[in-house]
Amino acid sequence: MQTYYPLFTAIPLAAAFLNLLLSKISMKVSDYIAFLVTGILAVMSVKMLFEAPFIYAVGNWRPPFGILLVSDGLSSLMLVVINVIGLLAVIFSFKYMATYTAKPKYFSLFMLMIAGMNGVVITGDMFNLYVFLEIASIASYALVGFGTGKKELEASFKYLILGGVASTAVLFGIAFLYSMTGTLNMPDLAQQLEVIGMTKTVGFVVALFIMGFGLKASAVPFHAWLPDAHPSAPAPISAMLSGVLIKALGIYTIMRIMFNIVGKNELISAIIMFLGALSMVIGGLLAIGQKDFKRMLAYSSISQMGYVLIAIGLALKPGAELVVATLALIGGLFHLVNHAVFKSLLFLASGAVEYRTGTRDLEKLGGLIKKMPVTGAATAIGSLSIAGIPPFNGFWSKLIIILALFRGGYWIYGTVGVVVGFITLIYFVMLQKEVLFGKLPESLSKVKEAPFTMVLPLVILAALCLAMGIGYMAIEGQLLDSAASALLDKMAYMNYLIGG
Amino acid sequence: MVLYFLSMVMLVMGLYCLIAKKNIVKKIIGIVIMEYSINLFLVLVGYRHGGIAPILMKGMQTEELVQKGVDPLPQALVLTSIVIGLGTLALMVALCLRMYEKFKTFDMSKINTLKG
Repeated sequence: MQTYYPLFTAIPLAAAFLNLLLSKISMKVSDYIAFLVTGILAVMSVKMLFEAPFIYAVGNWRPPFGILLVSDGLSSLMLVVINVIGLLAVIFSFKYMATYTAKPKYFSLFMLMIAGMNGVVITGDMFNLYVFLEIASIASYALVGFGTGKKELEASFKYLILGGVASTAVLFGIAFLYSMTGTLNMPDLAQQLEVIGMTKTVGFVVALFIMGFGLKASAVPFHAWLPDAHPSAPAPISAMLSGVLIKALGIYTIMRIMFNIVGKNELISAIIMFLGALSMVIGGLLAIGQKDFKRMLAYSSISQMGYVLIAIGLALKPGAELVVATLALIGGLFHLVNHAVFKSLLFLASGAVEYRTGTRDLEKLGGLIKKMPVTGAATAIGSLSIAGIPPFNGFWSKLIIILALFRGGYWIYGTVGVVVGFITLIYFVMLQKEVLFGKLPESLSKVKEAPFTMVLPLVILAALCLAMGIGYMAIEGQLLDSAASALLDKMAYMNYLIGG
Repeated sequence: MVLYFLSMVMLVMGLYCLIAKKNIVKKIIGIVIMEYSINLFLVLVGYRHGGIAPILMKGMQTEELVQKGVDPLPQALVLTSIVIGLGTLALMVALCLRMYEKFKTFDMSKINTLKG
């Protein structure tokens, strides 16, 4: 697998352009290309889980000079999340996107987005990270506006402006890092910053990164674009944006930079924990009153990302015991994976409901469990998992995070976590009542079950929710452990410089 | 030092333009000014007085190259970020035109179908 590592970006990047050329001959071919490419990537990413950490020097240039690709526990975990959810979203798109024109362009943009996200996750070079971040972001701006209606265009423009500011902040931070150290190789940067220590310039760089990547992760003061952008995109794209993009571009980059490059720090830890708590509370409270299916899910994404951020912040605290830090990180990473699964499930389900009923207004829906049993059951499983009901996966990850918070002595944040758990339960019960149960409106009496290619991803994701909840110890323990230890061990990351 | 200061002034000007102007075309110009100020900053970081291109020519000593050669990294960065900026700009302008078709205005305060 080692020699094929760059293919994670090369395949989708090439396919995105080939697809546009080939679809001139036949429109049908783009479906097959997209399925084939994401299928191959998903299989490759699952195989990557069984690889020991390694580095890949692009063009055989020695690490500090050439571009470095790094594979460790964390990047393998993220690759699986990105590519598996990507495959399911592509399967869902076959039927769903038939209502839009220009399907080949959609798949090309989709693959560009996958290429960008894979690139962000596998790279070991700051500037590469910026380039891939921009590839993924530009593709996502275009995909949000894909419907080209009034709302879509406005949401896309808003997202673009805010995303542009975030990218500028990130590039500014990178310029400062370069002027301080003269290198952009991430392991090399980690070594140099160890010598420089926490000066005021490093603090400024960290502030720029928290702003830039925090905006991509939609932590609360920077969240304004998300509740508009995610509902406006086509459903499979909402699933990709909420399920994967905010994690690969926001959370992953924050984790990688703060843990492996800057190192543990009291202030950074306090800031990230505060942002996390704020996101949890504000996202949760705003979700309660929403009348739009997807908009409620979008606010809930902000709230759930708060849990992940607070766990990261706790693990970043230098004084924390290793047990607490590891527990918090495992909880955070587990919640990240879980959120990818159930939030993409819910967004895809909202797409299936919209495809059959033509509306996502919660007041016009109701009683759909009788008319769409499979979609309804999947939605119910997804909302039970996200609300944290015991046998499902969301319960365990929230439990671990809250336990870590209490054990680390953060009583207030722990209590906030529990309360937000209740708030989540409230609005997902409301969602279930409005969509699945209750009275079936007259207008929806002729609704049928969604087509097979839409139901299949829902069933797979719902099964994953259950499997990851029951088999947590067997399946997840090992993976999450290696990802968490990859983050906590800064020395190991610095050693990648000499070919560790 | 003055040049560094000027690039920061440019950044703040771009930010002001982005925040204070209501016309979306002006907002786009603000973003572009911000991008250019960062590019200028990167070029300044990589500048070396009396530097030469980092190519080992015939008859040149390695020490001379090490002493005078310029690190090519920031130039490569600036070139790439200009290209990325071009891509973003094209997308922004295309969106802006589409919005004009739908809303018949460039005024952001009149384009408010979404709640935020």
